[in-house]
Amino acid sequence: MTAPTPTVTELNAARTAALIRKLTALADDEIILAHRDGEWTGHAPILEEDIALANIAQDELGHAGMYLELRRALDGSDPDRLAMFRSATEYTNTRFVELPRGDWAYTMLRQFMYDAYEALWLEAAQHSTYAPLAEVAAKAVREEKFHVQHTALWVERLALGTPESTRRTQTALADLWPHAAQLFQPVEGEDELVKAGIIPDIAGVRSRWEAVMVKHLQDKCGLRMSRDSFPGPARENHTEHLAPLLAEMQQVARQHPNAEVW
Amino acid sequence: MTQLQTEQVWQALQDVPDPEIPVVSIVDMGMVRGVEVDGAKVSVTFTPTFSGCPALHVIRQSIEDAVRGLGVADVEVVSTLTPPWTTDAILPDARERLRQYGIAPPAPAGEGLITLESEPTRCPRCGSFDVTLTASFGSTLCKRLYVCGSCKEPFEEFKSV
Repeated sequence: MTAPTPTVTELNAARTAALIRKLTALADDEIILAHRDGEWTGHAPILEEDIALANIAQDELGHAGMYLELRRALDGSDPDRLAMFRSATEYTNTRFVELPRGDWAYTMLRQFMYDAYEALWLEAAQHSTYAPLAEVAAKAVREEKFHVQHTALWVERLALGTPESTRRTQTALADLWPHAAQLFQPVEGEDELVKAGIIPDIAGVRSRWEAVMVKHLQDKCGLRMSRDSFPGPARENHTEHLAPLLAEMQQVARQHPNAEVW
Repeated sequence: MTQLQTEQVWQALQDVPDPEIPVVSIVDMGMVRGVEVDGAKVSVTFTPTFSGCPALHVIRQSIEDAVRGLGVADVEVVSTLTPPWTTDAILPDARERLRQYGIAPPAPAGEGLITLESEPTRCPRCGSFDVTLTASFGSTLCKRLYVCGSCKEPFEEFKSV
């Protein structure tokens, strides 16, 4: 893909560095969640869902590719190198996306929570004063619509299904909720980007997201939601689950670093 | 070589099929945004359908090959995201060819991006609205699966984006 031309006038060195951090954090969440979703390939409960989750994962990877192309336009870094040759200490994804895939309820609920967050962030990012980001957001938000429709329906089906599926969905929510807070942790220098209108204010995204969560998870699906707020650790602090994920994901690239055809 | 006309380039691109739905071309799909002929150099601007579409590099290569086939050595393929591609860009006769091929063409995309309800769909074979969504994702990013309650045939629908 051709890299968009950065509008240099709006970016000083500090903002460029902060924007690179933000784009990388966004991309890293997409890559890691896509990998977790991809683990279901061949293992999902039914064939249609196997295909659906693979489709969703593919979209998320597409979004990661767009974010990393934006980064390439700023510092010349290669998206494939960033994805395949960084270690766990260099990845800046949230714990929320790196936790093991769990059962189907856990996977669907995490995807729903993430999709709603992503759709709301992208919806706001369409108004970015940094034109290349606004363009990417306008593209990606159209694809998120299908994810949210799909996962919202699955969460409803599971939460209101059998006692077993209700119990599993409730357990997944209790596990995931504290970790979701990390999605809304600003990166270093993010406030400067918000002031310049380059990225949306994450606190505003969070309040809209929480309203969607309450409406769907509590009012529609009858799940019990925690009222506690959790701070969430910095994005550099990972669980023990990330390193094995990367080892699997990066294995082929690292064994054949000079391969030209994948 | 005589001066190449923009029209000839469009004609060549009209023969480049969508790799995943070969009954329509990339021009039919509204993916080609512009063609510029500047002396011996040709520049083609295209827009991707889905950002994660694995066929993108194939499409870029096919565009280059098609233009080189006209005897042009200097070909540039530029991609753009603005305005984002929508299924409304698919040309009317291509929509009919999709239907004949067994893929229900997309409903008008319109605005209101984040909705939880999907648009009405009709069976591409018998035209019935008595259809049931069986999977909201299909064999490619751009399609989903239905079954018709009237003629009982399963079919794919092009998602309206």
